[in-house]
This record gives sequence, structure tokens and C-alpha cells, in this order.
Amino acid sequence: MNWKTTAATTAMMVLALAGSAAADGELNIFNWGDYTNPELIKKFEAAHNVKVTITDYDSNDTALAKVRAGGHGFDIVVPSANYVPIWVKEDLLLESRPDEMENFKNVDPRWVDVSWDPGRHYTVPWQWGLSGIGVNTKVYGGDINTSAIWLDPPAELVGKINVEPEMTDVMFATIKYFGGDWCTKDLELLKKVRDKLTEAKPKWLAMDYSVTEKLPAGDYSAVYYWNGAILRSRLKNADIKFGYPKEGYPLFMDSVAILKDAKNVENAKLFQNFIMDPENAALISAFAKYSNGIKGSEQFLPADMKDAPELVAPPEFEKAGEFLTTCEPDVQELYTRIWTELQK
Amino acid sequence: MALNGLQLSRRRDVRKRWLLSAPALLIIFVAAIGPLFVMLAYSFMLKGDYGDVKFGIFSLDGWTSVLFQRDIFDDTLGLADAHLTILWRSVKLSLYTTVVTLILGFPTAYFISTRPPLSRDIWVFLVTIPFWTNLLIRTFAMQQVIRNEGIVNSVLTGLGIIDQPLQIMHTDTAILLGMVYVYLPLMVLPLYASMEKLDFRLIEAGYDLYASRLKVLWRIIIPLVKPGIIAGSILVFIPSLGAYVIPRILGGGKNMMLGNLIELQFGAGRNWPLGAAISIALMVLVMIALLFYVRNASRSGAGHG
Amino acid sequence: MARRTFDIRAQPGFGLLALFTFFALYLPIAALVAYSFNSADSLSRWDGLSLRWFISAWQNSNVQDAAIRSLVLALWAATLATIVATMAALATTRTEPYRGLTFKYAFINQPLMVPEIVTAVALLIVFSRVKVWTGYSGMGYLVLAHTAFCIPFAYLPIRARLESMDLTLERAAADLYATPWQAFRRVTLPLLRPAVIAGFMLAFVISLDDVVITEFVKSGGQDTLPTYMLGQLRRETTPEVNAIATLFLALSVLLVTVFFFVNRRKP
Repeated sequence: MNWKTTAATTAMMVLALAGSAAADGELNIFNWGDYTNPELIKKFEAAHNVKVTITDYDSNDTALAKVRAGGHGFDIVVPSANYVPIWVKEDLLLESRPDEMENFKNVDPRWVDVSWDPGRHYTVPWQWGLSGIGVNTKVYGGDINTSAIWLDPPAELVGKINVEPEMTDVMFATIKYFGGDWCTKDLELLKKVRDKLTEAKPKWLAMDYSVTEKLPAGDYSAVYYWNGAILRSRLKNADIKFGYPKEGYPLFMDSVAILKDAKNVENAKLFQNFIMDPENAALISAFAKYSNGIKGSEQFLPADMKDAPELVAPPEFEKAGEFLTTCEPDVQELYTRIWTELQK
Repeated sequence: MALNGLQLSRRRDVRKRWLLSAPALLIIFVAAIGPLFVMLAYSFMLKGDYGDVKFGIFSLDGWTSVLFQRDIFDDTLGLADAHLTILWRSVKLSLYTTVVTLILGFPTAYFISTRPPLSRDIWVFLVTIPFWTNLLIRTFAMQQVIRNEGIVNSVLTGLGIIDQPLQIMHTDTAILLGMVYVYLPLMVLPLYASMEKLDFRLIEAGYDLYASRLKVLWRIIIPLVKPGIIAGSILVFIPSLGAYVIPRILGGGKNMMLGNLIELQFGAGRNWPLGAAISIALMVLVMIALLFYVRNASRSGAGHG
Repeated sequence: MARRTFDIRAQPGFGLLALFTFFALYLPIAALVAYSFNSADSLSRWDGLSLRWFISAWQNSNVQDAAIRSLVLALWAATLATIVATMAALATTRTEPYRGLTFKYAFINQPLMVPEIVTAVALLIVFSRVKVWTGYSGMGYLVLAHTAFCIPFAYLPIRARLESMDLTLERAAADLYATPWQAFRRVTLPLLRPAVIAGFMLAFVISLDDVVITEFVKSGGQDTLPTYMLGQLRRETTPEVNAIATLFLALSVLLVTVFFFVNRRKP
């Protein structure tokens, strides 16, 4: 190699490392995996000439840990409702005032004065849903509207169950299974919860994420998982049925927030405003199959979502659903310890 | 005291050699060795509420919770059986992996070393290709073989040997198969290196003395290639012990190994000091294995003169 | 014995086991490649041959970005590692033992001894703090981390080659009034070239393959191809992941083949 080619290669490497300058700006989104519609991103990129990158995370705790460590380089994060107050308290979020944005008028009033972000000073609704039961009815034909499916599994399902690895959802359902209240400190009840989880875990096959692939394919026969993913599974395999745990199930809403140390604040604000447009909100839902919180998006939703049993709870089970709230730090700590003990 | 010219030039030479090696040493210090010391320090600090540590506050909690835990309900101190289970699984699966790769790798290396020299290179090349293929890709490939609708199950059900697919994915067996598959080349290559130098006249002499094939294998071949066996076993055992990607993909988030336990503490577990302590414990385990190797290697090296 | 000649090299069953091993080594890879040509939407069905997943992988901008990032990162790390490893190899060979020599060996080979996950979390601890202090969270951290673990791989072949060369030619050059630099440039380097290329390629492949350290060091928008695939593997995997893996595999095989023949030609 002569010096000229060396110099040219070096120059190219420097350029490539510095990143292409084709777009006007960048936006780094840190979101749950398999949750973001690529078409939505393409539309946003085209509308604002911004290059968007998406990085996946697995759980609220993982996302919080990564951002909390610092130097993450993300602009946007999508925490669940019960984690938003922690993010705010830890001083990680920017008060971007979505309530003063142009498209805020589209937000369903039900989702404006929410307990985790009253008046929406930080966050914009992304999607909401619940954790429920998905069962392959060819394998098991009994009652599926109960947490017993995964806590006291019938013989047909033992060793074929996948449980979502999200601490609060699992704790919630198990506490409710024993008739307790969310955020309870009742040690006697929590001991039952711990013992039940320890006893049930060997009967599960996995605590993993690839449900939309493995439930329809038959790798899993039952799951305790989020409703949108079970809907997607049912569309691929009609034997999948959805159950609402009558003992109690957690509702969630994930919301888009801007990080305090974001480098692309303006683009992030554009994104918050962008997803409050009904057509764009419908794009979000069309991909991951969860409801969104934007009025008028219904008309843009795909037909397979209208009246889907996974999205509209039958009246007798509606009451069993409850929004997850943030527990006191000592309760949170207690639950985390029970959860960590389970990880063996 | 005056130095003579020779000494002076030697000193200058040594200084020049330090300068020349300085960049490499510096990079390794900054991005590999130094951080280990920082981690050691972190393992003695108090954990932060949501990850990180409370900087500068000394605590032994990280280290005690490697092996012990306070019971959540009656506050008694007991063994942390979650950690011990994971430790045991890691050691057990790594040992199994070593044994299985040895059982498969030994005949393979022997087979290659008894081919004619020209085709030998081709066989070695065939072992090298999977070795240089991305570990993630090989794990993913293994997943496609063992999953419920994978090749193994399709063939077995197709032949009517089983009527329900075997549940291999998300079990310890899946992790074991994955590790055997991924680390097999690491066993074959050093074994081959020592078998290539095998002196077949010694084997001939064995047969002249009416030894059986088994006896020749046991009394002549194995002792001669012992350095290769040890090297291969170490090369397989050490990465198995620290495996992270393979159990993460094949274990289904339920069957953890030490690598995953460490990751958990830096993520959802939010206990950095504990994670740091487990990391250091893992490193010590590896160092013990390496010391064992060095001792054996030097002893058998001395044996051959 | 029924056989006419007694083969002293034969061991019963070894050939069979060896062939099984080769079969087992290649079956999963073959399956992976085969399924990348699957036209079905999922990995659990085979619908016929098609290139659709290669096209979709090729057009996926996440894959493109990650692939380019991987290659550029590997190029940087391998180049830097080869340069400093060559210097270090020159400094640690063809000399009488001097104080600190063993220390240098141990130091340079250290990244080989420590489990990757341990280095990864240690780097996470340190780099996340440095990122906050300096406000810089670019690719530099990944380049630095990759360079560090590539150094021993680049160092080994170069050192091996240097140890087989003596100093006669360099002395001859010095006798002809060549400066040390000229002697290095005109004599040592040309002789060393095959080893430097081999070291560079090893380092390149090692950097390209890394998952664990990258996963823990990367900031937002810094996915490499392996970390992108790691993210995909726990989700719904379509044959697109197979297609990406097949392309990646082809690149590795190409590099290894070149490496194999470069090495083989040497006397």
C-alpha cells in the first residue's frame, strides 16, 4: 500500500465513523423490542428528514439500569406507567410539556390526567394493554380465565409455559391470585407468593420474549404475556385463545418520554407530537396490536383489531383489571428480592 | 561509577523496547486491565437504589451476598441457594462440555492426523471454518436444529421413533449441546497439534510387543498427546464457564449461568456490587483452572525433556 | 487378522466418530443457510426456494447501518491493534531477557485469559462514568475496547514470525549506513509482511465477531451486526435473520479461506 491509498482509506474510515451527514438530524429511540412499526419510523424520517435509530430493551428494569448508568446516548425512552414516577424522581426525564403541543388535543381525555404524569407534562401515550393468558386450545381445553394456568398448571401444560420476564406483572398476578392488594407489605401473603412462584417455576419452559413466533409454532402451549402479542399469535394460529385471569390482571400503559440528557431534544419533541396524530397512532397499534390512547385513530386501525377478544374485555372480567401503580421503595425492594430469588 | 559502552547501549535498547511496547500496554491497561481494578473497588461499595453504587461508601454486602442471603421473611442468614444453583450449573455444564468435546474431538483429531499430509490441511480447514464463524450465528444454527419443529425432531417424528417432539430448547441440555457445538473446534485444534507430531514408530513398537489396540491407545497414544488433551480441555472449559450468549439464547431466560447472573445484577437486579463480586469470583475460578494448566503443562513438558 | 496388512494407525470406531463430528459441525450451518432461502414467513415452515429474505435484509436500513458500523469498527480496531502489536512484538523478540519482559507477555495476553462477560461489565462501569464526565459517547469507546482484545490476536503471529528471523539482515543494513527506520522499512517490514497481514486478519475477524463486549459498551444507535442479531434472536425471528447470518457467514468463510492460503504459501 502506498501512502496515498493509506491516506484515502484513513479519511474514509474517519468519515464513516463520524456518521453520514445525509439527514438533517438524528433521533435515538430506546424502546421495548418488537414494539415499533418500521413504517411509522419511515414516515417520521421522511416528514422531518431525521435519521432514526431504535435500540431494544427487554424490561423496565433493564431500561432504567442502562439509562441510570449514564452515557447511553438515547433521546427517547418508553417506560411503563408504574415506572414513570421513578424516572421522574431519579431526574432522568425532560419536562417537554406535551400538553402544550399541537396534537395534544387528540389525546383521549381518559389518558390526560393520569396518576403517573398528571396533565402529561413529561409523557405521551404510546400503547396500553394488559397481561393475560394465551393458550393453545388443541393442547388444553379447560377454563383459561385464571392465573392457575401458569401458577398451578394443568398436567397438559406443564413444561410448555412461557411467562413474561417482567417483575411487576408477575408479582401483581400472583398477589391477586392469593387475594392480596397490589403493593401489599403483608409478609404472610408475600411468603405464599414466593413459595407459589418457586413451586411453579420448574413447571415453566421459559421466561422469554419470542411469543409471537413460538406460541403459534407450538414451542409454547400456554403463556402469561401481553395481550397484543397473543393477538398476533392468534392471527397466525387460530387455536390460540385469550383468557382474562379472573383473580386479577395488570393493566399497563407505556408512554414516550424525552431523556434529560438527550442530544436531539427538538427531534424528540417532534416525535412526541408526531405520534399524537391519529393516523400515526394507528400505525403504532397496527404493528404491535395494542390499543393506543389517541382519539380518532380507530378509523385507521386494521380490521383484525376491531372487536378483538384480546383488546376488549368481556364485562364479567373487566373489573379484574387494575392499573399498576408505583409502590413505596421498601415494598419495591421486597418485591425485587422475591423476584431475584426466583432467578436460579 | 562509569558504565562501559556495552552496558549503556543495552540500557538504551531496553528503554527503546519499553517505548515501542508502550502503546499496546497502555491500550490494554485502559480498556481491559484497569477497569477490572475499578470493578474490584465497586464490589466493596454500597449498592445504589436503581443500579450503580453509592460512591465511596464501603460495604461488604456485595461479597457476602455472593454466598449468603438474609431470608426475606424471618431475616435469618442462609446460603444463597439461587447463586449456588447457578454456580453449580455453570461448573457442571462446563465439565460436561469438556468431556463431550473430548470424546468427539479426540477421534476427530486422530483421524485428521492419520490422513495423508495433503488432505490433512483440508480437514483442518474444515474444523477452522466453524471456529471462525460468529458464535452468535452458530448458536442460532443450533437452535434451529433442536427446536420443536427443528431438524432433529422432524426426522425423529418422521421416522416414527417419537410421536411428540422432544423438548430440548430452553433446557440445560440445550445449553450443553450449544456449548459442545460452539467449542468443539477449540478441542480439536490443540489435540491435532500434538497428534501431528506423534511418532508412529512408538506405536509400531507397541504392537511388536503384542499390545492390543486399546492398550496402545491407552498406554502409548494418550500419554504422548496429554499436553494437547490438557490444552484442549482448558480452552473449552474456560469459555464455557463464562458463557453468556449461549445460555441467553438457548436457555430461555430461565436456565441461567454465571455470565447471565452477572448481567442480571447490572440490569434488572440493580445490584452492581454483587455483580462485580460475582465477576471477580468467576475470574478467580478461571485463574485456578489456568494455574492447573500451567502446572501440568510445565510438568509434562519437563517429562519430555 | 483377516486383513492382509495390519494398519498400525487404525483405531476402531475413530473414523466413524470423526465423520460424525464433521457431520455435526456442518449440519446446523447447512440448515441455517438452507432456511435463508425459504420463501415462508416463519422458520417453522418450508414453502419453497426464494431470495426474498436476502432482498429484505439487503434493504433493511437497520441491517445496512449495523453492517457498515461493524466493518468500519473492525477495520479501525484491527488496524490499530496490528500497528501497536507489531511495535510490541519488535520490542519483545530477538533480545536477551530483560526486566519486565515476562510482565509484558502476561499483560498483552491478558484479554485472552479473562472471560468476556467480566471485561464487558468492567468496561460498562468505567465507560458509562467517563461518558457522563466527558459528554462524549461516540464510537471511540468501542474502537478502544475492540482494539484492546484484538491486540493479542494480532501479536501472536507477528511474534512467531519475528522469532524465526534473526538480526543478520538488519545488521547488514546498518553496516551499509541505513538508519534504523530505513532498515525497518526496507528490510524488517517486507520480511514481516505475511505475519502482519495474518495478524490483521485475525484481529479483523475477532472484532467482527464480538457480541458481549460490544453489547455492554455500545451507546444508543451503535448496534453492530452481531448485537443487532442478538436483539432479533429473542424476538420473532423470520428467515431474514438467516439471510443476514448467511451473508455474514459467507464473509467469514471468505476471510478464513484467504487467511488459510496466505499462511499455507509460506515456506
